[in-house]
Amino acid sequence: MNFDKELDARGLNCPLPILRCKKSLGELTTGQVLKIVATDPGAIKDFEAFSKQTGNELLSSAQAGGEFTFFMKKK
Amino acid sequence: MDQKKLAIIATKGTLDWAYPPFILASTAAALDYSVEIFFTFYGLQLVRKDLSVLKVSPLGNPGMPMKMPFGPKWFRDINWNIPNAVQAIVPGYESLATVLMKQTIANNGVATIHDLRSMCQEAEVKFIACQMTVELFGFEHSDFIDGMEYGGAASFFEFAGDSDICLYT
Repeated sequence: MNFDKELDARGLNCPLPILRCKKSLGELTTGQVLKIVATDPGAIKDFEAFSKQTGNELLSSAQAGGEFTFFMKKK
Repeated sequence: MDQKKLAIIATKGTLDWAYPPFILASTAAALDYSVEIFFTFYGLQLVRKDLSVLKVSPLGNPGMPMKMPFGPKWFRDINWNIPNAVQAIVPGYESLATVLMKQTIANNGVATIHDLRSMCQEAEVKFIACQMTVELFGFEHSDFIDGMEYGGAASFFEFAGDSDICLYT
């Protein structure tokens, strides 16, 4: 999937992946896509919740080898 | 949609209990909430310029696992059941526990209180210190970080009165 910016949130624990994501989204313009890679197992539920509450669309979330990859489209 | 509001009262002044208010406030701010924290009694320690006053005490806290943040896995897995009586008489026990806790926090990729507090401030979380307890404990405004406001119970209710979520931590 194409993306405009990548956020490496590996090794970070709650709530840092969400806080960094919010900050990174702030540097994008509407419609641009942020790729996030995290290792916090709580991240799946948290990014869904973040998307639902802020209106930034979660395009996909995938898990592979202990890493979680999300693509989020800025509102 | 109107912006949601979160009001928090922070009353505890230890390293462990510093986390809930700052984690919830910074996360709520990231979720576009307007957030205010009212610091009162021991919670005032959380807005001191010098955060080294924050310590963790395992004494009388049976819920706190005591594990070492270094060494081989078998060593890290040991839960050290140290009797309260011993914890109480060993000088520097709290300081040692605090050093170990800070190392555990760093090992787990958990943010420091200083960082979380800065993130709250960047996200425009409003910090209010209870003026009554500031005086009661003999603090000066210069003991606290910049950007604080000082007020009493009425000023807390001005914000909390129409908050969506109100927490006591």
